[in-house]
Amino acid sequence: MTSSGVDLQRTPLHAVHVALGARMVPFGGWDMPVQYTSILKEHAAVRTTAGLFDISHMGEVRVKGSGAVAWLNETLTNQVEKVSVGSSQYTLLLNDQGGVIDDLFLYRPGEDEFLLMINASMIEEDIRALKSHLNRSDVILTDESRQTAAMALQGPVSSIILDRWIPGASAKLPRFAIQSFETSFGKISVARTGYTGEDGFEIITSSSKAADIWNHLLKIGQSDGLIPCGLGARDTLRMEVCYPLNGHELGPEITPLEAGLGIFVDLNKPRFPGKDILVQQKANGVPRKAVALLAQVPGAPPRADYPVCKDGKIIGKLTSGCLSPTLQKGIGLALIETAHAMVGNTVDIEIRGKYNPSSIVKKPFYQKPK
Amino acid sequence: MKLPTDLLYADTHEWLKVEGTVGIVGISDHAQNELSDVVFIELPKVGTQAKARTNIAVVESVKAASDIYSPVSGEVIEVNMDLQNDPALLNADPYGKGWIYKIKLAQPDETKNLKDAEGYKAQIGG
Repeated sequence: MTSSGVDLQRTPLHAVHVALGARMVPFGGWDMPVQYTSILKEHAAVRTTAGLFDISHMGEVRVKGSGAVAWLNETLTNQVEKVSVGSSQYTLLLNDQGGVIDDLFLYRPGEDEFLLMINASMIEEDIRALKSHLNRSDVILTDESRQTAAMALQGPVSSIILDRWIPGASAKLPRFAIQSFETSFGKISVARTGYTGEDGFEIITSSSKAADIWNHLLKIGQSDGLIPCGLGARDTLRMEVCYPLNGHELGPEITPLEAGLGIFVDLNKPRFPGKDILVQQKANGVPRKAVALLAQVPGAPPRADYPVCKDGKIIGKLTSGCLSPTLQKGIGLALIETAHAMVGNTVDIEIRGKYNPSSIVKKPFYQKPK
Repeated sequence: MKLPTDLLYADTHEWLKVEGTVGIVGISDHAQNELSDVVFIELPKVGTQAKARTNIAVVESVKAASDIYSPVSGEVIEVNMDLQNDPALLNADPYGKGWIYKIKLAQPDETKNLKDAEGYKAQIGG
């Protein structure tokens, strides 16, 4: 029970997390592991060997039918026809004001079959919004969240570990691909996607098999350094590669253009919710822009909601921030007035009354060496 | 949880070692465990006039910033600069190398308001 008296939801792996000694915290209505050992240790594992994350709290919505492509193109921002069968793309669901209801991944397991992976905190709202736009009989939408579990295997040795379980699997999965496999734990789907900036896989399975698969992966991956990782590391990892988090970089009053996600919006499509506002913003410019801030000198960690200032005047605020474990420097994602939002500019992050000078840098902060 | 018996403890999880008229202050093993990875500490300035039970320093873990409250009143006479380069000392050695500051006790009687190891152990449910 939370202090508000509302029960937190539990993934099929909840008992496993508790047995592993995880520190559990509420996240988006779910009781989730924030760390098992230490956030810094888990972060380092993903960057150097591999980490395993429970992402079962996320929602899965299946969209099928001969009208699926057309309907998805009228409902989400990205161009669905770019997604070949067996591939995927990042896309957004907007409200009529052009603001973001949710960001999501769209997978295409079949010609007329799609799987949407949506944020855990937004499942009900996303489905409500999707259904409100659906009035055609050639599209069937099914919420599969309850019976679906998922885990993310991420890190430089993740393919070695996956192949130890399913021989040859990684060779069949180029980046963004999704494919199903028959395994000793039943049928699963594996996608070469992730939220960490490392090579990795997202494994989608039925809830009933989740614990067995989780335990199996930890066992076979142990010798390669695989450890379970929680939401704490998930957050610092995604920040280092400047991936947005709904509720921080994105929200109902932030448009994808303000958030710097224009490449995931196809304004040539005839219509989708919020399109008109974005067309206006493209023509007139956006009033504020998402930037990546790198601390110029050692200091306190930047954090969400800290003000961003220029010459003593507030020009915006941080939407996320931390001390980057990999770079050992303060990093932040911020939304600031467009006039100041040029790479190379210096701004101040105000932390407990002190100005911490930071540079606007090109994203991402950290990039995997090729 | 380590609980040295020669220390006094505040209910806000700081410890105090009294050496004559000088006190040394740090955070308990319980506190560092709760915080987990300490990534930054904002040390008090030498010369600061600390007041008992008021904020004197800030310790930041990955997820949050936490206030440190001075267990006693007095002048800060030394701070542990090692913590600037290696804040993780607070986790690794909270009662030794992780000491935070030294204070000249202005009102030694204030130590009566602090708990001994047994009393603090009872508070944290040891």
